[in-house]
Parts: sequence; C-alpha cells; structure tokens
Amino acid sequence: MLIPHPLLGLRDSQEFTYLGDASLMQRPDASLDNAEAAFCDYVFLRDNPAGVHRELWFHEQGDRSWLVVTRDTTTHEILGAELASDVKGAAK
Amino acid sequence: MKFSGFKVVKEALTGHKGWTQLWRSPEPKKAYDIVIVGGGGHGLATAYYLAKVYGELSIAVLEKGWIGSGNAGRNTTIIRSNYLLPGNQPFYEFSMKLWENLEQDTNFNSMVSQRSIINLIHSDGQRDAYRRRGNAMMLSDAGAKLLSRDDIKRMVPFLNFDNARFPIKGGLMQTRAGTARHDGVVWGYARGADQRGVDIIQNCEVTGFKIENGKVLGVETSRGFIGAKKVGVSVAGSSGRVMEKAGMRLPIESYALQAFVSEGLKPTIPGVITFGAGHFYVSQSDKGGLVFGGDIDGYNSYAQRGNLPVVEDVLEGGMALMPMIGRARLLRAWGGLVDMSMDGSPIIDKTGIEGLYFNGAWNYGGFKATPAAGYTFAHLLATDTPHETATAFRFDRFNRGYVIDEKGVGAQPNLH
Repeated sequence: MLIPHPLLGLRDSQEFTYLGDASLMQRPDASLDNAEAAFCDYVFLRDNPAGVHRELWFHEQGDRSWLVVTRDTTTHEILGAELASDVKGAAK
Repeated sequence: MKFSGFKVVKEALTGHKGWTQLWRSPEPKKAYDIVIVGGGGHGLATAYYLAKVYGELSIAVLEKGWIGSGNAGRNTTIIRSNYLLPGNQPFYEFSMKLWENLEQDTNFNSMVSQRSIINLIHSDGQRDAYRRRGNAMMLSDAGAKLLSRDDIKRMVPFLNFDNARFPIKGGLMQTRAGTARHDGVVWGYARGADQRGVDIIQNCEVTGFKIENGKVLGVETSRGFIGAKKVGVSVAGSSGRVMEKAGMRLPIESYALQAFVSEGLKPTIPGVITFGAGHFYVSQSDKGGLVFGGDIDGYNSYAQRGNLPVVEDVLEGGMALMPMIGRARLLRAWGGLVDMSMDGSPIIDKTGIEGLYFNGAWNYGGFKATPAAGYTFAHLLATDTPHETATAFRFDRFNRGYVIDEKGVGAQPNLH
C-alpha cells in the first residue's frame, strides 16, 4: 500500500507503524465523574467498521509525523491522508 | 451410517453404493430453542455438544456460505496446549484432551496427529521464559520437555543452528501437540450434530437480531425470520460486523492473517516447529505440502487477503530458520479474518442482551480451541454459567482489570 503523505507524497506503508482508530486522539476528560468508565471504553472498545475507517499511522521511518489515513478495510483502498495535527487543530 | 474398518471393506467389495450423505439440508423451521450463528468449527462443535452433552433437542446452525468456509478452512491446523497464564492454559489443555478423543467421539476421521511441537530457543533469557512456560504446562497436566541443542539436532538436523544473529540454543517441546485435518473436524462435528437432530442451514445469512425490552426473540435472515429463545454468535473474524447489528461495540479489531503452503514434498518435517526469533512456524501436511505462517498484516482489515510485505517477512523468517525451504516452490497463499482482542485472549460470555451469547475474539488461536470452545460455549448456552475452564473469558475482564495478556503488550491488538 502507498500512503499519500500530505508533505512527502506517496510513501510505502512499510515506512509507517499503525496505531488504530483515529478516535484515539479524543481522550476522555479525566476530571469528569464518569472518567473511569469513559477511559475503559476509550482504551478497550472499538467501532471496527467493515468499510471506510479513519486511522492513525506514524511515519516512523520518515518525518515522524502522525497521519490520519482514511482507508476502506474491505478493499485496502486508501482514500486520503491528513496530518493528525491538522485534524486535531480543526476539531478545536 | 457408522464408519468402521469393516464398513470400508464391505463398501469396497460392493461397489461403494452404501455411503450416504453426512448431513441433511433441511428448510429452516419457524423457531428453535437455540440458534447458533456461524457454521464454522466452533459453531458446529457448539451444536454438537449442546445436543450430545447437554441434551438440547431444538437447535439450528445458520451459516452465511457453506460450513467451514471461513477460518475453519483457512488456518494452519495446529493443535497444542502450551500456554502460560492460569486463565488460558487449563482451557487449552481441556481442548487437547477433547482432541485426543475426538475421532472416537464423533466416529469420523479428523486425522488428529499428535506429532509434537517444538518452540525454539535462541537466547538464555528465552530459555528462562520457556522453562517457566513449561512449568505452567506441567501444572495443567499438559506435559512439557525442555530440549538441548543436541536433542534438537538429532530430531530436526536441517535447521540453521549457527545463524549468526539467532543461533538455536534449545527448545520447548510438547509431544502431545500436533495437527488435525481442518475440514475433517468441521465435517465430523456437522455429521455428529446432524445425527442428533441439529438443523444445519447453509446459505442463510443473519441480517439482524430481533430484540425487544433487552431480550432477544430471534434473528432476521436471508431466508426469513427465525425465532429463538437463545442465540449464540460464533462468527470468528466477522464478530464486529454481526454484533454491531445487536448494537454492541466489542474490545476487538479485525485483521487479515495469511498462511502459505508449498508444493507437495516427501516427508521431511516431523512435527510443528516455531522460530523463536521471528514470527514463523511450519509443519508438513499429510499430502506433503509445507504449511507455514507468521505475523498478521498489521492494520484493520475485512478483506480476507493480505499484502506482500508480510509475505516477504514470513518467507525471510523461513529462510533464516531452515534455508532448505528456499528450494521448495510456494504453491498457494491465502488470508483469513481474525478478531484480535485487546489482550490477545478470547471471549465466551453472555452479553448485556438477555438470551444473546457470544463466542469470539480468538486472535490467531481459534482452530486448536475448536473442541473446547464448542464445549464451553454449549455449557454457557445450556446452563447460563461459564464452564470451569472458561471462567476468565468474560467481557467484563477489561473494566475489572483482569486482562489475560500472554504477550504483555497491552491494549494494542496488532501486537498480540
């Protein structure tokens, strides 16, 4: 698979390590009353969709940036890639 | 029809006219006491033990394709009970004991062959770890032997003993481990279940659950609604997709796991051998092909096929361990979907929905677990209490902090 890195162009997926669902960027608020249950869901439960999946890849053997890659889990087709810092910035 | 040596001789002399079909293809009834979703090894074993051991009379197994067409037909057929942790090892040893008696029990030749497994040791630290594992195995009655380098040289002289980075320093052996014929397992359980009145309904996809007031009433299928007092889901790599229809999120990610087989060769590998420095394991089928595999493709996938980097990685492992494998031609490679759980261990449990039960999250290890997973899931379905060897495989172990993490890598499924 080739990942279209927003700064570096098409890069081999072998240069990256995979973390998982991009929702892992949204940590629960530890100060809330339900924080324990919220963190349990955050750490252990996943949507695990068959189809379009937004997921975190780390360009370990490249520029060491985190990307949010959009990929179809039924075909392995990569639909897009953004810098995770941009995604996080846009969410704020 | 009962299989026996006498029957084989009789049929040989009378033109093979007395063989009958192994199971019926019934139309689904309107309702059953228990519906099992998924006609793989686990689902059929569950139905078999429900009927045989727990005396259930009204059971259906619903299968989307044909029975055994998922992971039961895609694995590398290894059976073993060489785990470490107390939540796991007694369960796998229970499974091993069921394997040892499987063919007598089901009256079907599943080609169970206890040809042993050797886990190779490449460092002093690894020897300590395997000694500890061997002790855990002996505590559960599974048996274990710590082998020296010379022992291994005698048994499997073709390995690369003096690899500069990973010399072989010994091994941990379980002599009772081995292989079984995957289709034979599926067919044996299907026939045994059918003989006890279980309806095996193929080409019947479950498209939804009927749930009212937190209680399951049946399943919607491609062949109409089928009512059920209890529904057991046992669908291997499709767990996420199926349980989503019941509104559940699981502690599971789905991945593709590849396996490989070479052209047929004369007998060369006596048992199962695993490389301790990379992820590579190999055995030889009775047809002669070298059957081997390694790591999963490390990203979520429902594609039932993998990609080339893992193929390269597995073959490199093979070449490092036994250079002679380079002379064999690769015949086939394929991929299956595996539920990788957050601690690398399975789940056999009730769900938050009354009457809905779940068996899944088998990671790489579902085939060897087939008899015990079926037995313990049947126990749970019939009695509403977990079987004594499966008490640790609960959903709530994650929020209680009782994870069963053999590898100790935490909630990162692609590393288990």
